[in-house]
Amino acid sequence: MIPAAFDYHRPDSLQDALGLLQTHGEDARVMAGGHSLIPMMKLRMAEVPHLIDLQAITGLRGITIDGATLRLGAMVTQHEIIEHAGLSCAAPILREAALQIADPQVRYMGTIGGNVANGDPGNDMPGLMQCLGAEFTLVGPDGTRSVAARAFYEAAYMTARTDDEILTAISFPATTGGYAYEKQKRKIGDYATAAAAVLLTRKGGTCASASIAMTNLSDVPVWSEAAAQALVGTACDDTAIKAAMAAMDADIDPGEDNRGPVAFKRHVAGVILSRAISRAWSRT
Amino acid sequence: MSKKMQITLTVNGEAQDLLAEPRELLIHVLRERLNITGPHIGCETSHCGACTVTMDGKSVKSCTVFVAQANGASITTIEGISTPDSLHVLQNAFREHHGLQCGFCTPGMITRAIQLLEDNPNPTEEEVRFGMAGNLCRCTGYQNIVKSVLAAATEMSAAREAAE
Amino acid sequence: MNDLSPERDNRIANLKGLGCSRKRVEDVRFTQGKGNYVDDIKMAGMLHGDFVRSPYAHARVVSINTDAAMALDGVIAVLTAKDLEPLGLHWMPTLAGDKQMVLADGKVLFQGQEVAYVVARDRYVAADAVELVEVEYEELPVLVDPFMALESDTVLREDLAGQTSGAHGERRHPNHIFLWEEGDKAATEAVLAEAEVVAEEMIYYHRTHPCPLETCGCVASMDKVNGKLTLYGTFQAPHVVRTVASLLSGIEEHNIRVVSPDIGGGFGNKVGVYPGYVCSIVASIVTGKPVKWVEDRMENLMATAFARDYWMKGRISATKEGKITGLHCHVTADHGAFDACADPTKFPAGFFHICTGSYDIPVAYVGVDGVYTNKAPGGVAYRCSFRVTEAAYFIERMIERLAQELNMDSAELRRINFIRKDQFPYHSALGWEYDSGDYHTAWDKALAAVGYDTLRAEQAERVEAFRRGETRKLMGIGLSFFTEIVGAGPVKNCDILGMGMFDSCEIRIHPTGSAIARLGTISQGQGHATTFAQILASEIGIPADSITIEEGDTDTAPYGLGTYGSRSTPVAGAATALAGRKIRAKAQMIAAYLLEVHDNDVEFDVDRFVIKGAPERFKTMKEIAYAAYNQAIPGLEPGLEAVSYYDPPNMTYPFGAYICMMDVDVDTGETEVRQVYALDDCGTRINPMVIEGQVHGGLTEAFAIVMGQEIAYDEMGNCKTGTLMDFFLPTAVETPHYTTDFTETPSPHHPIGAKGVGESPNVGGVPMFSNAVHDAFRAFGLKQSHMPHDHWRIWRIAEGLGLHG
Repeated sequence: MIPAAFDYHRPDSLQDALGLLQTHGEDARVMAGGHSLIPMMKLRMAEVPHLIDLQAITGLRGITIDGATLRLGAMVTQHEIIEHAGLSCAAPILREAALQIADPQVRYMGTIGGNVANGDPGNDMPGLMQCLGAEFTLVGPDGTRSVAARAFYEAAYMTARTDDEILTAISFPATTGGYAYEKQKRKIGDYATAAAAVLLTRKGGTCASASIAMTNLSDVPVWSEAAAQALVGTACDDTAIKAAMAAMDADIDPGEDNRGPVAFKRHVAGVILSRAISRAWSRT
Repeated sequence: MSKKMQITLTVNGEAQDLLAEPRELLIHVLRERLNITGPHIGCETSHCGACTVTMDGKSVKSCTVFVAQANGASITTIEGISTPDSLHVLQNAFREHHGLQCGFCTPGMITRAIQLLEDNPNPTEEEVRFGMAGNLCRCTGYQNIVKSVLAAATEMSAAREAAE
Repeated sequence: MNDLSPERDNRIANLKGLGCSRKRVEDVRFTQGKGNYVDDIKMAGMLHGDFVRSPYAHARVVSINTDAAMALDGVIAVLTAKDLEPLGLHWMPTLAGDKQMVLADGKVLFQGQEVAYVVARDRYVAADAVELVEVEYEELPVLVDPFMALESDTVLREDLAGQTSGAHGERRHPNHIFLWEEGDKAATEAVLAEAEVVAEEMIYYHRTHPCPLETCGCVASMDKVNGKLTLYGTFQAPHVVRTVASLLSGIEEHNIRVVSPDIGGGFGNKVGVYPGYVCSIVASIVTGKPVKWVEDRMENLMATAFARDYWMKGRISATKEGKITGLHCHVTADHGAFDACADPTKFPAGFFHICTGSYDIPVAYVGVDGVYTNKAPGGVAYRCSFRVTEAAYFIERMIERLAQELNMDSAELRRINFIRKDQFPYHSALGWEYDSGDYHTAWDKALAAVGYDTLRAEQAERVEAFRRGETRKLMGIGLSFFTEIVGAGPVKNCDILGMGMFDSCEIRIHPTGSAIARLGTISQGQGHATTFAQILASEIGIPADSITIEEGDTDTAPYGLGTYGSRSTPVAGAATALAGRKIRAKAQMIAAYLLEVHDNDVEFDVDRFVIKGAPERFKTMKEIAYAAYNQAIPGLEPGLEAVSYYDPPNMTYPFGAYICMMDVDVDTGETEVRQVYALDDCGTRINPMVIEGQVHGGLTEAFAIVMGQEIAYDEMGNCKTGTLMDFFLPTAVETPHYTTDFTETPSPHHPIGAKGVGESPNVGGVPMFSNAVHDAFRAFGLKQSHMPHDHWRIWRIAEGLGLHG
C-alpha cells in the first residue's frame, strides 16, 4: 500500500493555505491529522497531487471556553478533547464520544476538524455536532462564513464546504442537563454499527428539551427532531422512549455492509437510542 | 515520482538530515533509510500498531504519517528507549511475564506502553487494556502483556516514590 | 538414587531443564527491537518486486501491456506468464498434488490472483509501475458456492479438461477435485437406520485466514559467480522449500540455501509455496540482483492461504440412554481455485477422520468431496493439526445436537461416551490409535473447577428472568472436550512431496562444556530456543543457559519437515531427546575411562556421571566434554557430537476440557465472555510458562474465529474482508480473561512423554465459544447457527426464535 506521489505544502498561515487552494484548485486537498486521508491515498482511492498540511497554522489550534460558548480550532485532536478539563465540564458528551473513536494512537493524530469536514458517514463527530447544534466556521477567498452543522452534510463525502474553503473551527453552546453518547461497534477501531448522541434537560419530572442525532445510519449524520420532540414534556418513560425510537427510525436510512443487514441496523439503532436516552435522563 | 525534499528529524536523540519524497511513509524512512528496524509493518491501515513510535510525546502509527508531516519532529523508537546494559523496566517486565511470543508486535507494544504510563502512571487493568487497544497481538491473547504493563507500572511507581 | 540433598536440588535447578518456567532467551532480542525478520533484510543492490493482481474472480486475460510500466524510471522488469513459460515456471506444483498458476496463464480464477510481477529499484517505484500495467480482462461467470460449482456448466480449471482422475482419485465433475473416504459406510448406514435416536445437522466451519502479524515475504539472491541461490523467507518448512526450489528451478539442491529468519507468527499461513517466492527467484536469476518481495495485508488476506471452509453434514445415533452407536459425516470442502492444501500427501482431508473425537463410537464413516471455486487457494491448518479443528468443531456440535435430541445434559452425554482410561491405546472406528488419555479425570476436574451445577442453575434463573421481561441478556455455557492428533508423523504414512515427516536434531558439545543444537524445525514465536534447550539440559546435564538452539538455515540445520501441526515437540523434541541420549551414552564411556571403572559401573546423575554406590566419585559433564577433545580414549573417536532423525511410531493425542460462560444480548447481538477455563493435557510439560502463553494465544485465535473473523465474498467473488477494519482481530479490550489448568498424561511412545500444545486451545476453543452461543439459545429451541457469531448473526438467531417480540 504505497501512495502516489504528490507535492507537499506546509503553509504557516491560513492565508497561505487558501492561496495554495486557489492556485491548485481540484488538485489540492488540505490535511489535518491525516488518519482518514492517508489510508485512502495508500489504497490509491484518493488522488492528491498537492497536499496541504495544516499543522503549522497555529490559529487552527486551541480550545476556548467563552462563557457559555465553546470554540474548538479545527486542528484540536481527539486526545486533546479527552484531556481538556474545562471542556469535560462544559460539554462532557464530547469527551464521552471522543473516547469511543478509533484507538489511542489515532486519537493523538485525529482532529475534530478532519473528523467533521471530510463527510465520512462513519465518523462520530458529525452526528454529535448535529446534536450539539454546532456551527462550523469556513474561510475561503471571499471571507469567513458560518454554516450550521445541521446544514453542512449533503451526501457521503459531500458537504457545504466548497473546494476553496477551509473549515477552521467549530463552536457550540455549553451543554446543560443529561447527556450520552452510545455506540455499538464490532471492536475498538471500528466505525459504529449504530451510534446515538442525546442531550436532555429536565424541568421537574419532565423533559424540557431534547436533541438527538444518529451516526452511520444514513449517508449523512441524522439529526432527528421528531425523536427529540417525542421526549419533550414526558418523563422519558418507556412509552416516550418507544415513541422517540419510532420517530428516529423514520429518519434513518441505513445500508447493508459487513456490520449487518438493514433490519438489524434499524433494530440496533433503536436499542442504542433507548440506552442513550435512559443514560442521559439518569444524568439530568 | 515527486521532487525530493530535505527532511530533518531527531531520531532517538540523533539529528538526521535526509532527502526523501514527501509521500514516503515515516515507517519506511525509519526502516529503509535509517536502518531502524525495530518498528514493524503489520497492516498498513493504522489498525495493528506494530509500527508505533513516539513522535513529539505522542504515540503514533508511523505507517500513517508521511515523512513530510514528520519533518522537524522528534521521534523515539524501541531502539531509543534503552541500552543493552540498562534495559527499560517495561522491557524486563515483558520478558518476566511472558508478554511476547513471536516478537513482531513487541517493539510497538513496548513503545506504546511507555507513553501510556507517561500519561497514566497508575492504570487499572481496564485502563491498560483500553490504552493498549491500538496494538494488535496474534500470539499472546494480551493477558500477559497486560500483566507486564501493570507490573512495570507498579515497579516504576515504587521507584518514583523511593526517589522522592 | 536416594540423594535428595539440597545440593542436588540446586544442581537440578541450575540446569533449567524440563518442567521449569524458564524465561525465554528470544525475548532479550525481541524486547530491544533486535529481531531479524525478512523485511529487515537488506542486501547491496537489492530490488523490489510487486504484483499486478486480478480485480476479477473469474476472467479471461485478453492482453497485458507492460510498455508504460517498463518506461517508468527505476523499473527493471515486468514478468508475465509468457516470460515464465520457457522456464516451465508459469505453473507450479502444490503440496496437494495439484498445480497452481504462478502468474495468470490465459485466465484468472480468483480476485487478487497474481497477473504480472514488477521488479523495480524500490517499493515505491514498483507500486507506481503496478498501476501502469494495462490488463484487459473478459469477465466469466463466477462460482463462489461449492454446491453450485458441482452443478454448474462453468468449468473453472480448463487446464484439467478431460481429466477424470486427479492426485486423489476420481473426479466426477470438472469442478470436483476428489472424494476421500474412511470408515465403514454400509455398517454406519445400517446402524443409523436402526437407531433409537438420531441427530442430523449441517455444520459449516466458515472460511478464515491465519493472518499472522507479519505477512509473507522473501528475499531471493542468485549469486551468478558461484552459482548459489540464497532464499530468505517466511517459511515454516525451510528444508521443504529448498527441495521444491531445486526441483522447480533445476538448481542443484546443494547450491540452494534457504533461511527462515525470525518469523512474526505463522499459524499455518507460512507453510505453502507462493507465487511471490517463485517470481522473486526468477527475477533474481534474470537480473543477477537480490530481489525482495513482501506482501501487504490486503494481499495476505486475499491471496495467500486461507483456512477451513468445510460444509460438514453429520448424522449421529445413540440409544435412548445416550450411548452413541454411530457417526456419519459428509464434507463438501471448498478448496478455492487450486488445491493448495498443506496436508500430508496421503491425506487430502488432513486428519479430519479424528472426528469421532474423545468418544467411544463403534462405527463411523467420513466422506470428503473437494471442490474448486473462484476463491483464493489454500486450506492450511490455521493453528491446528491438519483439519483437526474442523473435526473437533464437528463432533462437539454433534454432541450438543444429540444432547438436545435426547433432552440430556451435554456434560453428562460426554461422560457416558468418553473413551475410558483402560481402553488406551484405543483404536478408533476411523483408523487411529490414540496413545493415552484420561478423559473422565480431566472432565470432572473441569466441571468442578467452574462449579458447573451452579452455573446451570444460574442459567436457568436467567432464562426465567428473561421470560419475565427482567433482562434482555441470556447466558450460555460453552462446553468442549477435544482430542487433538498432532506430531505428524510416521514416515510410513505421512509425507509432504515425498519427504517423510520425520524431524531431526544435531548436537555439538563444545570443549568447555557448552553446546549448540540445530533442528529441522523453525520457531515462529513458540520459543524453541528456550524449550528445546530445556529438553536437552535434562538429557545431557548441561545448563540450558549454556546451550544455543539454532533453526532455519538449511546450510547448517539437519533436514526436517518444519514447524506446523504442533509437530515440533512431538517430533523434533523427540529427536532432541534421542540425540541427547546418544551424547550421554558416549559421555558415559568417557566418564568410565576417566574414573577408571567399567562403563556399567557409572550412572548419570543430573549433570554428571557418578560411580554406582560411590556418588562422591564423579565426573561432571563439563569435565567429560573437555576430555572428549583433550584425551586419547581407547576405542573412542574424539569429540562429542550426535545426530538423531526421529520417525515417530505414532501421532500424539493431546486433549483438554474447556468451559466458558458468556452473556448474549438478544437485541444487539453483543456478547461478553465472563469466564474461560481451559484444562490442557499435553503430556509431559516442558515449560509451564510457555504452555500457558500458547494456550492464551490459541484461545484468542479461537475467540476471534468464532466471534467474527471470516474471509467473506460477495456473489461476484469480491473479497469483502481485505483489511483489518473488517477482518476481525480482537484487541485487548474484546479479548476475554483466561484461567488455565492441566492434567498430565504422558505419551507412552514419546521419549519424554510430551505431546505438543500450541494448537490445542484453538481446536478446543472454537467449539467452546460456539457452543456457548448455541447454549444461550438452547432453551428457546436453537439447533444450529453458522459461525462467525458476530453481532448481526446473533441478532438474527434471536429474530428467528421470535425473541424480539
